[in-house]
Amino acid sequence: MIKLEKRAQPSRTLALSTPLIAVVITMIAGGLLFAALGKNPFEAIGTIFWEPLFGEFAFYYRPQLLVKGGPLILIAIGLSLGFRAGIWNIGAEGQYIMGAICGAGAGLAFYPMESIFIFPIMILAGALGGWVWAMIPALLKVKFGTNEILVSLMLVYVAEQLLASVSLGLLKNPQGFGFPGSRNLQEYASAHNAELITGTGMHWGVLFAFIAVIMSYVLLNKHILGFNIRLTGEAPRAARFAGVNPTRLILFCLGTSGALAGLAGMFEASGPAGQISIDFGVGYGFTAIIVAFLGRLHPVGILLAGLLMALTYIGGEIAQSNMGLPAAAIQVFQGMLLFFLLALDLLTNFRIKFAVKGAA
Amino acid sequence: MTGTLLSISGLTKAYPGVVANDTVSFDIQEGEVHALLGENGAGKSTLVKMIYGLVKPDSGTMTWRGEAFAPPEPKAARASGVAMVFQHFSLFDALNVAENVALGMEDPPKMRDLARQIRRVSEAYGLPLDPNRTVGDLSAGERQRVEIIRCLLQDPKLLIMDEPTSVLTPQEVEILFKTLNKLKSEGTSILYISHKLEEIRTLCDHATILRLGKNVGECVPAETSARDMAELMVGDTLQTPTRSTEKTGDVMLDVSGLSLQPTSPFGTTLKNIHFTVRAGEILGLGGVAGNGQDELLAALSGESTTWPDAVKVKGRDVGHLGPNARRELGILAAPEERLGHAAAPDMSLVENALLTGLIRKNLTSNGFVDWAGTTAFADEVIKEFDVRTPGSDRAARSLSGGNLQKFVIGREVLQSPEVLVVNQPTWGVDAAAAASIRQSLLDLAAGGAAIVCISQDLDELMEISDRFGALNEGRMSDIRPAAGLSIDEIGLMMGGAHGMEVAHINEGADA
Repeated sequence: MIKLEKRAQPSRTLALSTPLIAVVITMIAGGLLFAALGKNPFEAIGTIFWEPLFGEFAFYYRPQLLVKGGPLILIAIGLSLGFRAGIWNIGAEGQYIMGAICGAGAGLAFYPMESIFIFPIMILAGALGGWVWAMIPALLKVKFGTNEILVSLMLVYVAEQLLASVSLGLLKNPQGFGFPGSRNLQEYASAHNAELITGTGMHWGVLFAFIAVIMSYVLLNKHILGFNIRLTGEAPRAARFAGVNPTRLILFCLGTSGALAGLAGMFEASGPAGQISIDFGVGYGFTAIIVAFLGRLHPVGILLAGLLMALTYIGGEIAQSNMGLPAAAIQVFQGMLLFFLLALDLLTNFRIKFAVKGAA
Repeated sequence: MTGTLLSISGLTKAYPGVVANDTVSFDIQEGEVHALLGENGAGKSTLVKMIYGLVKPDSGTMTWRGEAFAPPEPKAARASGVAMVFQHFSLFDALNVAENVALGMEDPPKMRDLARQIRRVSEAYGLPLDPNRTVGDLSAGERQRVEIIRCLLQDPKLLIMDEPTSVLTPQEVEILFKTLNKLKSEGTSILYISHKLEEIRTLCDHATILRLGKNVGECVPAETSARDMAELMVGDTLQTPTRSTEKTGDVMLDVSGLSLQPTSPFGTTLKNIHFTVRAGEILGLGGVAGNGQDELLAALSGESTTWPDAVKVKGRDVGHLGPNARRELGILAAPEERLGHAAAPDMSLVENALLTGLIRKNLTSNGFVDWAGTTAFADEVIKEFDVRTPGSDRAARSLSGGNLQKFVIGREVLQSPEVLVVNQPTWGVDAAAAASIRQSLLDLAAGGAAIVCISQDLDELMEISDRFGALNEGRMSDIRPAAGLSIDEIGLMMGGAHGMEVAHINEGADA
């Protein structure tokens, strides 16, 4: 009989090592999945994890790691604050889209004027767009006690409709030959989120992501607000006793995660994606949830998890094109990672005991 | 007494790092009330869990009426005739009494038959209880009766009771003792776990005293003084808290017309509460658990806010202020529930020191936490209040209940409060530590603080309070000087026995 026994003290070693164990188990289970699909599992896993970093075309894929990892990290950092406090913003994808629309919209409003003030304005507009979108579930929760999970999630679909609408209408490129999408911001110097160092994939969004990691670390470990966030998540009643104002905390956590997701969207639209288009949203906002948990809601963990997730994205694409693996198999593979991580999570707080069943 | 019912010999059970029971041996006779006495952590619970089949001993044997007895699980123990009333009730608030009883049975009869059985047993043993009432509406004493009746329906040979009187009024204790005596006269043996010496002296025929997992002595309680038993229990001479000369000053805390709706569905509404506490004074508030103690503490700590003038500190309205604003004005509190309310279980003691210490100890600057200062404060609490822990970096949940309690009380006392509100300050704390906590409250009062001590331990309240009041269904009784109050008067202030109107002890019922 297998028994779970609560640990007196959460195991630090396991808290740090479970993500690695989860990655290994995911490789094994994913390998079985790929084998069941008739592909060579070793080749598939190798393609996903090895090819992007050290393969023949690594010079192209390595910068992609930052390009894809940047938004994931930026969004996941914001989400992790709320998740720590038990406030579940599931709608980062919607806030990401709204940030992109507002940021790009602000930039395009000045077209074709050139000024160094345009990009900062776009950054503010992007953050504001995401913030406003997150304030909807926040205010509804604070005023009427609605469930922020449902509201934020449903607002993703509203945002997607808005995205389709502006791509076809308000922000449509007048010189775009009728294609659904805005002007290409990469061709508009003042609004272009260009690579800071050519060939590295490092753009303003990645820089913001790194800054967010540091700020979040400082907030959670050195600041009373971060302490209150952690306290609320771990013992809500003790938090009230400690004088934490739950309303303010909800507004702060949802607002911050919304603003960061909005920033990520704006940097993506003005940089790698280059434009607002109907298929702009690729699910970064949802994947960031996995990233946040994979990184144990810890800033440094999220940094590593974001890069790992980006790796599976890139590797997954290579596997799709080189080996003909279906896209769904790659998504299952990414899902497995979260699944195994959460399952293993139990081990940090519990130990497994193999008890002999009653011998009497 | 016709013979030995259960004989325990050399039982040993070790957990990693601690030997909970070390070669414990004693016998329980048929039809006797046997007391198991010991401080928290002495190994009482582990011992009864072994008898009840919840824990398997590492070595040692038990014999039940001459036959080897080693229940692999509670079901087997129950089949032999062992029943147990736990200290913490396992009842569902939303279900009624009969449904709750049925949930604990192997093979429950039809609801109507069960209700009839419950009525019959409750009348036979003088335990008034209506099977159709919702458990959420019952007092703690009535809930305990549900548990007892659940046991009695199994017709037990040995009834184990874990600290049964901690939630009862004196009158309810009396009812319980009548029931237990009746059971005894019918030949049922009772293993009675307690650390309340006076009750053991009135009720029990024989006592086994445990200390640090070892059987350190046996005695006949009626022939042994409470002090001797206490010293056996603690293994040391006991310090009785001493009070300095009484002098009281200005009114520090003034509560007037405090009414409050509960936040949880089974909470208690506070109804028009008035009282004042002066500097240097300890106001003891008794009452059975669930009569508004938690709600009153929340209203005083600032977790629940009310009209500004319902609570005044030194003449200032504070009823509308939150916990931190009140801390700034010198009103501190220590809630009853240690894990999850007074302390965050998974956070370190340092972080838990910050939890309430941040305002008065000035542990932040510009919002940034002064971790060095916080660690120093946590270490100070650990040192001053003798908290046994390897270090302040340990998670709160890794401490034993008593040690965490010392930490929680020490954390408030060392912030030199002007008004301190504590709820159950020595709940689950061993006798020596309880004495030191009480002493620290007395010292604090002597230093000019006003203290409200909410407790269910009447002995404690009588020992330290200057004045005494009781909460009953959210109302406050008259507040009277504690000196000279008789136990009957206290009982009446606590609301007498809950549900006495349906009580009639049927002495001559079928035996």
